[in-house]
Amino acid sequence: MKIHEYQAKQLFAQYGVPVPEGYAAFSVPEAMAAADKLPGPVWVVKAQIHAGGRGLGGGVKVCKSKEEVRERSQQILGMMLKTHQTGPEGQLVRRLYIEGGADIKRELYLGMLLDRDVGKIVVMASTEGGMNIEDVAHNTPELISKVWIDPAVGVQAFQGRALAFKLGMTGKTVNAFVKTLNSLYELYMAKDCSLVEINPLVVQGDGSVIALDGKVNFDDNAMYRHPDIMAFRDLDEEDPREIEASKYDLNYVHLDGNVGCLVNGAGLAMATMDILKHYGSEPANFLDVGGGATAEKVTAAFKIILSDKRVHAIFVNIFGGIMKCDTIAEGVVTAAKEVGLDRPLVVRLEGTNVELGKQILRDSGLPILTGNDMKDGAQKAVEAAKQYAAAHA
Amino acid sequence: MAVLVDKNTRLLVQGITGTSGAFHTRQAIAYGTNVVAGVVPGKGGTKFDDNVPIFDTVADAIQATGANASVVYVPPPFAADAIMECADNELALCVAITEGIPVLDMLRVKQFLAGHRTRLIGPNCPGIITPGQCKIGIMPGHIHKPGNVAVLSRSGTLTYEAVGQLTALGIGQSTCIGIGGDPIKGTDFIDALTLFAEDPDTHAIIMIGEIGGSAEEEAAAWIKANLKKPVIGFIAGLTAPPGRRMGHAGAIISGGKGTGQSKIAAFEENGIRVAPTPGDLASTLLKVWQPK
Repeated sequence: MKIHEYQAKQLFAQYGVPVPEGYAAFSVPEAMAAADKLPGPVWVVKAQIHAGGRGLGGGVKVCKSKEEVRERSQQILGMMLKTHQTGPEGQLVRRLYIEGGADIKRELYLGMLLDRDVGKIVVMASTEGGMNIEDVAHNTPELISKVWIDPAVGVQAFQGRALAFKLGMTGKTVNAFVKTLNSLYELYMAKDCSLVEINPLVVQGDGSVIALDGKVNFDDNAMYRHPDIMAFRDLDEEDPREIEASKYDLNYVHLDGNVGCLVNGAGLAMATMDILKHYGSEPANFLDVGGGATAEKVTAAFKIILSDKRVHAIFVNIFGGIMKCDTIAEGVVTAAKEVGLDRPLVVRLEGTNVELGKQILRDSGLPILTGNDMKDGAQKAVEAAKQYAAAHA
Repeated sequence: MAVLVDKNTRLLVQGITGTSGAFHTRQAIAYGTNVVAGVVPGKGGTKFDDNVPIFDTVADAIQATGANASVVYVPPPFAADAIMECADNELALCVAITEGIPVLDMLRVKQFLAGHRTRLIGPNCPGIITPGQCKIGIMPGHIHKPGNVAVLSRSGTLTYEAVGQLTALGIGQSTCIGIGGDPIKGTDFIDALTLFAEDPDTHAIIMIGEIGGSAEEEAAAWIKANLKKPVIGFIAGLTAPPGRRMGHAGAIISGGKGTGQSKIAAFEENGIRVAPTPGDLASTLLKVWQPK
């Protein structure tokens, strides 16, 4: 799960990571009220969307007067902000963050995430603050320093100092950095984060450090124990189909192709996308209905796929282990009758109760194509999508 | 022979009375697995289906029944605790089926396991089966057939797909292991390959990976250096966009790492033939190996 910058900074402040004073605003009057609370002489108006690259997209503006805060707020609120992470259509800006300025002497990078290869949290620090860290890792990996944290004892001061000296820090900045790192790790562990990032972490003229930006992602599997974090969830930033899917515990990811997929198991769902591509189509989605799906869940999944008008054909690919083929068949038939099956449907069933499932499909009277195996089903779905697209062009 | 589980496996089920624990325990017993005990805190002294004795603790269950392996169906908030209880009692094998265990819980579990002899398989996995002898987990038993091909996979249903294709061609399996789809897991590809390398009943291996992490790349290099048996591979997720989690918590391309393309390249560079589609798993194996 992702949250906004201003929410991340609330958490930073709570755990002792220094942040500039700032206030969230949902309207221009709120933005002006926020500016009034700040001393000036500069104010920063920042678009709050979940995607990165906001500054380059024109969503972050430094203002020299309150009048300018008003103009910029009017401009940014309601704009479709395009960044390298939003896709070509951009993301609507509904929230702003109004912040005071900082005395920027140096811009650094500090981040923390799981290193799955060693099973430990890795801290990454770099002198290249304010840049896209993935580009830095790719072009100049030697500019990123790393330390790995022993989960038994947590981050140690010597590790913080080692990074601080590599970043070229001196004097009281070293200790300020060590303290910030400790706070960040405490936050990571306490709230089940999956990524915590400060980019840039700024060294100010007086030697102090301050988080000018903040990004925090969370482990979805742990959110049951963090109702305070769940309260940060902003549904406006999520795909409506993915929200609907999550209500039914379905794993759905919207993609750009035209063959909808309904599959059990994450690996088979990915492989189904791959085989469609292999035969010349693009998948419209990733959808794993899971092992213990009921007919109701399958119906919901089917409706979500059909709600995407770019879908020209649907491929249901099931290898029933726990998931019984007759359950899938019932769900598919119910959904098709309820919403009206206006696009071609190919079903491949294998595994537990496969004959029963096929019988239900035959008895339904619906024009369902059958895939004898995964390859056959995928080829039929690709062909059906092409024919549908040609007929409805 | 086969690896890790066979006729001598005496299984205890942690979470035997839950919906999926109960369902899969009945399936396992029907398959012929020797289920000797269940563990459900607070239900000690009762029986599951009037047949399998239930204990409050893993220690009690082992003492009374001589269990030597465990399977965990406990819900995610309590699963890490269940795995550690198992390890604290030094059971040889713990198979964690549970999906959705928080990563930081697994971080602690992994560290705890380092001081114990228990081998963990999973979590978020279908389990392990030696066809005709012992089934631990949620795979459909009837698609399997005893034989000499090992199947090793991060994905459950893709394992079934491979097994289904093999059995349809009359080719049996030695042991099939689903190592699970989470970023932190007990047994990785190389651990399992090491076991298969030493198993005389395993003559060839199908290895199925997916996007995320670099375990496939490491395994490919290990295979070239250490394994004399034929291996074919498959990687799921070539069409997955970066930065999106594809169902499995571990299936995500991040920071330009863990792409399907890099894994396939690693397989090919190390002499492992890659199935062109998931529908070609068994037929690709037959290009490099023939059953005797």
